[in-house]
Amino acid sequence: MKQTRHWTRRTFFAVALVVTLSAAAWAQKVQINGGGATFPYPIYSKWFSEYNKMHPGIQINYQSQGSGFGIQQIQKQTVFFGATDGPMNNDQLAAALGKVMHFPTVLGAVVPVYNLGSTSDLKFTGPLLADIFLGKVTKWNDPAIAKVNPGVSLPNTDISVVHRSDGSGTTYIWVDYLSKVSPQWKQKVGVATSVNWPIGLGGKGNEGVTGVVKQTPGAIGYVELIYALQNKIAYGSVQNADGQFVKASVESVTAAAAAAAAQMPADFRVSITNAPGKTTYPIASFTWILLYENPKDKAMAKTFVEFMKWALTDGQKFAPDLGYAPLPEAVVKLEMDALKKIRVQ
Amino acid sequence: MSFRLVRRRVTSHVMDALCVLSVVLTLIPLVLILSFVVWKGIGSIDLAFFTQMPKPVGEAGGGMANGIVGTLIIVGMGVIAAVPVGIMSGIYVAQKAGSASADIIRFAADILNGIPSIVIGIFVYGIVVSPFKHFSAIAGGVALGIMMIPLIARTTEELIRLVPTSMMEGALALGATRGRAMFTVVLPAALPGIVTGIVLAIARIAGETAPLLFTSFSNQFFSTDVTQPMAALTVQIYTYAISPYDDWHRLAWAGALVLILLVLSCSVMARFATRRLERMHGGGL
Amino acid sequence: MNRRRTSAADFILNQGTTFFALVLFVIVSGIGVVLILDSLPTIREFGLDFWRTSTWDPVAEMFGAAPFIWGTLYSSLLALAISTPISLGVAIFTSELCPNWLKRPVIFTTELLAAIPSIIYGLWGIFVLVPMVRTLQTSLPDWIREIPLFSGPPYGLSMFTAVITLAIMIIPYTSSVAREVLKAVPIAQRETAYALGATRWEVTKVVLYYARVGIVGAVMLGLGRALGETMAVTMVIGNNLQASWSIFAPQYTMASVIANELLEAGTEMHISALIEIALVLFIVTLIVNAASRLLIWRMTRETKRTVVPAAKAVEIA
Repeated sequence: MKQTRHWTRRTFFAVALVVTLSAAAWAQKVQINGGGATFPYPIYSKWFSEYNKMHPGIQINYQSQGSGFGIQQIQKQTVFFGATDGPMNNDQLAAALGKVMHFPTVLGAVVPVYNLGSTSDLKFTGPLLADIFLGKVTKWNDPAIAKVNPGVSLPNTDISVVHRSDGSGTTYIWVDYLSKVSPQWKQKVGVATSVNWPIGLGGKGNEGVTGVVKQTPGAIGYVELIYALQNKIAYGSVQNADGQFVKASVESVTAAAAAAAAQMPADFRVSITNAPGKTTYPIASFTWILLYENPKDKAMAKTFVEFMKWALTDGQKFAPDLGYAPLPEAVVKLEMDALKKIRVQ
Repeated sequence: MSFRLVRRRVTSHVMDALCVLSVVLTLIPLVLILSFVVWKGIGSIDLAFFTQMPKPVGEAGGGMANGIVGTLIIVGMGVIAAVPVGIMSGIYVAQKAGSASADIIRFAADILNGIPSIVIGIFVYGIVVSPFKHFSAIAGGVALGIMMIPLIARTTEELIRLVPTSMMEGALALGATRGRAMFTVVLPAALPGIVTGIVLAIARIAGETAPLLFTSFSNQFFSTDVTQPMAALTVQIYTYAISPYDDWHRLAWAGALVLILLVLSCSVMARFATRRLERMHGGGL
Repeated sequence: MNRRRTSAADFILNQGTTFFALVLFVIVSGIGVVLILDSLPTIREFGLDFWRTSTWDPVAEMFGAAPFIWGTLYSSLLALAISTPISLGVAIFTSELCPNWLKRPVIFTTELLAAIPSIIYGLWGIFVLVPMVRTLQTSLPDWIREIPLFSGPPYGLSMFTAVITLAIMIIPYTSSVAREVLKAVPIAQRETAYALGATRWEVTKVVLYYARVGIVGAVMLGLGRALGETMAVTMVIGNNLQASWSIFAPQYTMASVIANELLEAGTEMHISALIEIALVLFIVTLIVNAASRLLIWRMTRETKRTVVPAAKAVEIA
């Protein structure tokens, strides 16, 4: 009996110790959870890591799960902030537990990546890309591809189409563009973060699609520019609204943004695919962070708004190195005003 | 007649050979998988792997300290949740052996054991994550705990039934009540085997990924706060494996090596312990 | 003092164990109840069409799960077709042929396969198996590649890759249960057959015939595993909605679509659709496992049966 009591007491102290220790570890840290788009993940992970270095007590945990995830989880408030590259539509906004605001963070380009060994610098037109993804063009040496790529020797191999398996803002941007240039796409498939793909295989996230394309000879897919750059995968230039073939770059995306900045709507939900301009890359987009206007946790809101201010100003300098275009000044100004609406008290 | 006999003999030898071939065919993937994981992973196992966090995309280096600690914490919580339920319901079934209620509980345990882990994940997402609107390590622990319960319950039941009835009867004859006989004589006798069963159960669930995707989620930071999302080795391996980054692939293989060592050492340990127990009990386990 | 402690022990033995046994029961039935409640929206909206139609379009809120059913059944059955003969071979080897000293090592190593986590099968599948399958496919002559069963571009991520992975994963389960079942066949069965002058294979056939019910149970246990396997399959099957006969086509399974889409499902209907898939997975694995347990149980508990069929089986042989 005595032994039992002894044992009980020891357990009690051990439990108390563990509780105290974990409570202490807890008190020092603010952890803010978010998730969503994989498209801006490289720059977000850079931002959160840099910000954590400047403010060691603040950990912003971002899980790159796809824009569909960002939208769903912010609606259900399982995360503090969401992230998406396809703006939420009105139904999705209505389904949220309060007013959700969009904040553009950077701009990026979606590029057609392919795996054809040494063949590089392919050119694509919008309708051609639509036909490939509709399954109407199935061989790399199809006359439709040869026509816009004179002089390039194209192999007689099957095209393996790779798309996203998850709900994705990158998909949104891609199919938004295809719908603008191909009536058949618009009618058969439509625009959303996940669509009913006519053909192809699915990779999870930009990471997954890049991985599959990289490992599959004859594959074509679409990913955010940085994923093509970091993984040294060939990506093609795309014909823009003015008839020019443009390769995605920080400059050609900035050109697309410049046009949009002038007519930015108050809620920042804007599509800039197939934008006019000779040097404009046609498959570009803003990417957004989603926040509740009246968040439940005010302390967390305050911390996160501070982070946003940093990201929209000083943080922008990390963008070009990672293949993203920084926000136009005018947009940053609008957003700074909008951030004031977030209720932190 | 003699031709027929030859044919029968040849058939017999051919079938023997096919059985041997089956064993070889089974061992080939085992050898391939283990050697691949060791070969690809061993080069990246260093101190940094155990002490550092993952680096932002595109920066070389970094480790999986958060995932390793996360797995230990989540599995630990699973064990805490599962052991009482598992052992007590095991005792229940052993005690009431033959009754309808014991059969129902045993059947429930078997069913639970067969439920795909992803379904357990959805269930916990539905009862823990959704209502509290929060991913947390606790939810992950609950999911893994649920998966462990049937394993522990069945081991407990089997082992208690293996304890000779003479021990129970002896204790009763000495004036102990059934309860006292169970907890001071029978259960201690079965305990080494039960612990072995728990270790085997740990080996089995430490490698689970699917039930954690919707529950403990993931975290790129080091966190010991069980009310928050937490990284787990398996989920990280998944994320890294399907990514395009060579550096992440490197980490995935190293993580796989650590995971496989963890799981196999538990499993091998438990098996050796089982063999010793078998000798002690004179076989029949 | 002593008295109080004993009554506490009795209390725990009676009430405590009953309580925890109830917890176990509540968890199992709770899973069913939660899945049913959460999938009511799609059950009401689509009814049986959910399982008959094949349009999975979250945008238009059209949910037809036929491609996933197809993928799950096709992959599991093909995997069984590969794993069953091999598992039986292993089980026969360990229970009938193997010299005693080799028995333990063989059992031990084959069962190690079951200890490898599924995520590691997936990792290995992506980086080792997928390129191998792609090479295999491109090296096939054109006339074979025109057969619908083998057609399509060489993705590598395919039904075939998933089938191989699954087959490897379920071999240890089926073979270890089959071994137990064979062990439960009375020695007398074997001795009778030998006495009649049967060769070893003929004796084995007698044993297999006697153990057939249990063996079916062992195979079904493997089936239960294959139906619900998630990670390894998700990583190598290609996640494509088009159901196809071609084993080289990327396809999709029920478990994979849940893993891929649950966290990002945007609408109540989409979530409900995924949970309905989980519900069916739950029911199907429940039936398969219950049936398999029943068969194995019948086999291993009925070892006292007479030896009549043996002589008959030898005649057939």
